[in-house]
Order: sequence, then C-alpha cells, then structure tokens
Amino acid sequence: MDVLTPTTLVEALRLKAEHPDAWAIQGGTDLMVALNFDRARPERVLNLNEVRELRGFTRQNGSLRLASGLTYAEIEHGELRDELPALAEASRTVGSPQIRNRGTIGGNLGTASPAGDAIPPLAVERAEVECASVRGTRRVPVTDFITGVKRNALEQDELITAVWLSPSRAPQTFMKIGPRNAMVIAVVSLAVAADDELRACFGSAAPRPVLVTAPRDEASSFPERVAEAAAPIDDVRGSERYRRHALRVLTERALKRVLA
Amino acid sequence: MRVSLTINGERHEADCWEGESLLFALREKLGFPGSKNACEQGECGSCSVLYDGTLVCACLVLAAQADGHEVTTVEGLAEGEELHPVQQAFVDAGAVQCGFCTPGLVVATADLLRRSPDPSDDEIREALSGNLCRCTGYAKIFDAVRAAARS
Repeated sequence: MDVLTPTTLVEALRLKAEHPDAWAIQGGTDLMVALNFDRARPERVLNLNEVRELRGFTRQNGSLRLASGLTYAEIEHGELRDELPALAEASRTVGSPQIRNRGTIGGNLGTASPAGDAIPPLAVERAEVECASVRGTRRVPVTDFITGVKRNALEQDELITAVWLSPSRAPQTFMKIGPRNAMVIAVVSLAVAADDELRACFGSAAPRPVLVTAPRDEASSFPERVAEAAAPIDDVRGSERYRRHALRVLTERALKRVLA
Repeated sequence: MRVSLTINGERHEADCWEGESLLFALREKLGFPGSKNACEQGECGSCSVLYDGTLVCACLVLAAQADGHEVTTVEGLAEGEELHPVQQAFVDAGAVQCGFCTPGLVVATADLLRRSPDPSDDEIREALSGNLCRCTGYAKIFDAVRAAARS
C-alpha cells in the first residue's frame, strides 16, 4: 500500500489522474473502518488532509461554495448554521463529537450511502457537487450525483472538490429516526423546506435521493406524496412498512415546523 | 513508511505500515498504550485523543495522516506526578469500574471543560455521547465531570 499526500489541489488532481485506483481519504470515518476491518486493501490512498483548498467555505455572488473538506463540526458550530439550518441540524446528528470533528461533507457524498445525513438537506437546497480533474471542473446536482447505493457519478480521475448552493433562506428542518441520539445510522431521515413550493428529500428510504416537490397549497397531501416517492427496503434497521409510515409522520411534523 | 509527529509535546518517529491507524502506531510502535483499542470503528471513543487540539478517534486517523501533526494522549494530561483535574475527579468520584473507557472519557472531558468550563448536563451528555462505558457507570462519570468543572 502507498499513501500519497499532496499539499495543493493541482498536485492532488495530477495524482488522481496518474492513479485513478487511489482511494481518496479526508476525515477517514468511513475508509478507516474498511481498513481496520480488512474489508479493503486499496493499493493507494490519496490523503487530502493537507490540501488547503479543500478546507472551509467561500461566497461568490450570493452562492456558497462549501469545500469538500468542510467538517460536520464546522457546519454545526460556525456561521453557516443560520444560512443552512437543515444541514446544520443534520450535521449535529452525525455520529459523535469525535466523528463530527473529522467527517466531511465531501466524504458523505463520496461514500454515497443512502443513509448519508448531509444528502437530504443538500438536496432540498438544490445543491450541486463540484467534481474536478486535470480535464476540468463540472457541477452535478446532488440528486444526480448519487447514482445508487454507495455509487456516485464521479469519474475515475475526479475528486469531489466542493458543494455549491444558493441558500434559499426558506424555513427548513431535518429529522432523523434512530435508536439513540448519538452514533445512529438513520432508520429514516428527512429534510423539508418551504418557500413558494414545498421540497422534501429523505435518507435511508431509497437507493438514491429523490427531491419531492409540491405547490404550497398542497401541504395536506404532501406527506403521502413523500411516502410514495420512497422505495424503502426491509433490513436490520427497519422494515419497508415502518419506513414509509415514518416518512408520512415526519413529513407532517416537518410541515408543522416550516409552515408555522 | 517513516511517520514523524509530536506526541504530548515531544517529537517521535516510527516506521508504520501505510494502512495502519494512528491508534495502532501510538500503542504498538510509539509506547503510548493509554488510548485503548476496542471497536476500531469510531463507535466507542476509548481511543479518543486530541489531534492538533481537536478531539478525534485515533482509530479513524491514518497514521500517515498524523505525519507532521500534534497529538495529545491521555498520558500527556498529568503534570509530572500531579494528576490532571479531570483525572483526579474521576478518581475521587469513583468513576472508574473496569477502567477501559476511562482514558477516552478523561480526554473527552478535558476537551469539553477547556471549551466550556461550566457545562450544563445536556452539554455533558452531548460531549460524551461518543464514549461508551461497557460497565454502564455513567452516573459516577457524570459526578466526576461536574466535580472537575467545579475544581
């Protein structure tokens, strides 16, 4: 095994182009588990910790560019909390303080788990994922970026460099069901926002995120619409029937919050 | 590969396998067995250390990522023979049963009190939510955190 540690984005993209099989590691909260349990032995690991361009966030003409190395702790405690309240709420439910200090938004998208907590709140804000390679940069809507269970639209030579969004400033919320508050993989999760339309996206209830929208005056049928858009499975964490039911209940509660 | 890092204020170097965790390097290569190895997936917090001043699970940091960085382990909290106030509070409160979770809880508590010297019960619960006590001795642990905050 080899660890490549670039210190600039240019170098990181060059290394990824030269070694498309290299696994990108940022916070390590997913990849290290695979390594510790011998579930993966990548030939090369691309350590992105030292790439300064992948830290923090910037503003450009009313848009926010969240660099892929932005941690949940930074979202939860920093100034983004007011602009992206649902994402901040979701970040607060991730793992534990230790996990939130290391886990990143780019890692959540890279892992592309249906349970990824950052994904529903990003989807209701119509966020786009910035994918970069030596060939250039492109942006993919988050709902298209996740292509299936633990699959994403990243090309072999690409890295996730950022997430772009224009904060809607809409009332919004995030909800998550699990057996305890900390260290929970969502049984189901849900983000809802309401401005001139209603938007919802769920986690752990379909192989890929779906953005469900409706006019504001259709709030009464919205919970059913959200539940119908899901394609949940029976697994150790919950049944298909429970998940659909929970989505109905959560959507009702979320609407009470965001339409209040 | 050669990894060079600062542990509890002193420079250390070790030859590490590229895929090993900081926790493994600390315990097996560098002579710092205070951080405990349990779940190896960030669930239990018994390997909690400060990494560049931030609370992390050492099992989820690649040893190679720690090259050039600063780590504080539970061994680095006491001043010589004098226990850190959090360690003393754990002793005084009887917050130690089997002791396996104690190093992680002590480091997490020290981190909490540094940021928030007078935490509410909810803050304590939140800050220690990533540390599991398999003996379920949470009541005494709570007492210790409150006592350390007062000291």
